[in-house]
Amino acid sequence: MSGLSLHKRIEENTGLLIFGILLVSSIGGLVQILPVLNQESLETAAANTRVYSAVELTGRDIYMREGCHVCHSQQIRPLVAEVERYGPYSRAGEFVYDRPFMWGSKRTGPDLHRVGGKFSDDWHRIHLIDPREVVSESIMPAYPWLVSRDASQAGNITAKMRGLRTLGHPYSDEEIEAAAGQLQGLKEIDALIAYLQMLGTGLSEEITL
Amino acid sequence: MSEESTNIYHDKVVIRLIQFSIIWALAAMAAGVYLSAELIWPTIDLGQFWLSFGRLRPLHTNGIVFGFGVSALMATAFYSVQRTSHVQLFAPKLAWICCYAWQLIVLTGGLSLLAGLNTSKEYAELEWPWDIAITIIWVCFAIVFFGTIATRKIKQIYISNWFYGALIIVIAMLHIVNNLALPVSMTKSYSLYAGAQDAVVQWWYGHNAVGFLLTGGFLGMMYYFLPKQAERPIWSYRLSVVAFWAFTYSYIWAGPHHLHYNAIPEWVQSLGMVMSVILLAPSWATMINGIMTVSTAWEKLKTDPALKFIVLSLAFYGLATFEGPMMAFPSVNVVSHFTDWTIGHVHSGALGWNAMITYGTFYFLVPRLVGADLYSVRLANMHFWMALAGTMLYIMAMWGAGVSQGLLWLSVDEIGELSFGFRDIMASMAPFYGLRLIAGLIFLGGTALMAFNLFMTVRGREVVKVKIPAVDPAYGVAS
Repeated sequence: MSGLSLHKRIEENTGLLIFGILLVSSIGGLVQILPVLNQESLETAAANTRVYSAVELTGRDIYMREGCHVCHSQQIRPLVAEVERYGPYSRAGEFVYDRPFMWGSKRTGPDLHRVGGKFSDDWHRIHLIDPREVVSESIMPAYPWLVSRDASQAGNITAKMRGLRTLGHPYSDEEIEAAAGQLQGLKEIDALIAYLQMLGTGLSEEITL
Repeated sequence: MSEESTNIYHDKVVIRLIQFSIIWALAAMAAGVYLSAELIWPTIDLGQFWLSFGRLRPLHTNGIVFGFGVSALMATAFYSVQRTSHVQLFAPKLAWICCYAWQLIVLTGGLSLLAGLNTSKEYAELEWPWDIAITIIWVCFAIVFFGTIATRKIKQIYISNWFYGALIIVIAMLHIVNNLALPVSMTKSYSLYAGAQDAVVQWWYGHNAVGFLLTGGFLGMMYYFLPKQAERPIWSYRLSVVAFWAFTYSYIWAGPHHLHYNAIPEWVQSLGMVMSVILLAPSWATMINGIMTVSTAWEKLKTDPALKFIVLSLAFYGLATFEGPMMAFPSVNVVSHFTDWTIGHVHSGALGWNAMITYGTFYFLVPRLVGADLYSVRLANMHFWMALAGTMLYIMAMWGAGVSQGLLWLSVDEIGELSFGFRDIMASMAPFYGLRLIAGLIFLGGTALMAFNLFMTVRGREVVKVKIPAVDPAYGVAS
């Protein structure tokens, strides 16, 4: 059968057309995604990378809820200027407990992958309540409601950690049981700051670039 | 069943979808204008969480892509698949369910984003209950569309249906694979993929949602409505078929160019770059095919505002599909990535291509559906110039902002120290953001003119009952 007559059949047959589209459009994805999903090095944690604590995990979900990732990337590219500005470039092994990844696609504000430890908790608190108090030219929104809402309101932490354990995150029974208690008395802003302060601390100290 | 109900086209659902599409365009573009103002005056969110940039921005993108875009695609797919098949819609009740259920998903989904439910995956922000609802309605859409093709009276499946078909099939595949997640409550789930692997899956989705929805779907619109308006056959049918397969095969590979210099394997980045450049060929083949179709009908551009919109949209399609592969080169991407250049690129596609071809199609379709002349050709011409001016100003403002950001961020002095602080670079963006706000207002104003114009065209009129014409035996199905 010549190519033309084969194509004539596809042009006149709904089933063949559907099958053809499915076949042709799936090849690229299969070639790129299957090897990546099976590459062990992408699932191996970097030296100091650990699962998020109950408070940090809550903070991360608040970060997502407020859409911080819309304006802040968490991905330092291996370029001189980026490493100078932000710190050691990002390694795949630092993100193995990130579901979903939050590398971002836009830097309206600066990258935050290595923001952990760069500012004090108090600085973050003032900055989140009113960014222009500490950065006069900032165009970041203020997040006053984070101060009044209890951290325990931001989702069921026990169910979250159980879910993540199902997906392979090594939480112990004790950690999951203690989780709700760790959020007691904390406000959402505390959880968010705890998350920000641990960002980018997953590389071992020897690695500086 | 009366004879009348079996031999006329189902067009009421088409006009209803067009109405919803225009409402979403107005709402989501207004949100966009507000967001652009927030980047100049950050306190205008008044400390309200639901007006906060991070929550409103996904509402803007979802409203445009899924509200405005998908409603327009459903409307035009339902209209053209009946005409190219010479039959009524298969399962018309299901088509109505698609129409209303889809609006409900977009509306409640938008509210859920404002409430802070956000998976953070771009263009897939909605949480798992909405993902499931989308899947179900998408299957209904597929049943109506492919059912109509399967019961057609015309032997050949016309090329526009191939693109709409690819839209339905590939978006289903992307949506399901990328949104696989473990629910931990009714409003929260965790992605089945983590870190670098999640990034590769997400941008396979993110890039191809643009590819098969905003590009492929709207090419289906182009292949039906451009020849209709120009009253000329497609310049080269064979080219359209070759370009279709080349497009469908190569687009899906290009996703990793969103992750250049990120922590994913280098071979994936390189492959994504090479295929992005190859993609230029089918993209431009389609553009040339469209432009050549109008090549003997240029005089119509003087009098027909609808055709003007469609021809201009092809020019922006050509621009965006050229700019895309260029931005996929690592040496260009190193400057453009993370900057407003990306935002400009998206809008040269979304405003210049998607919105303009849709506007042209609506100006053509709505008067026909109600059997009347367009209320005002003058207003439509005004809209045309506003759309063009708004789009150009938007793109140029974002080029200015993006290229400045990219170069200034990377700039180091002779001893290797950073030349500029982040804060200074960010603060210098205000003029560009101001221009962008004006551009958005102009574009939104044009869209409002169209809404008024079409409202006046439809007002007090019924949808015309169009009889299905007899099938020419030369093209008919043998049975």
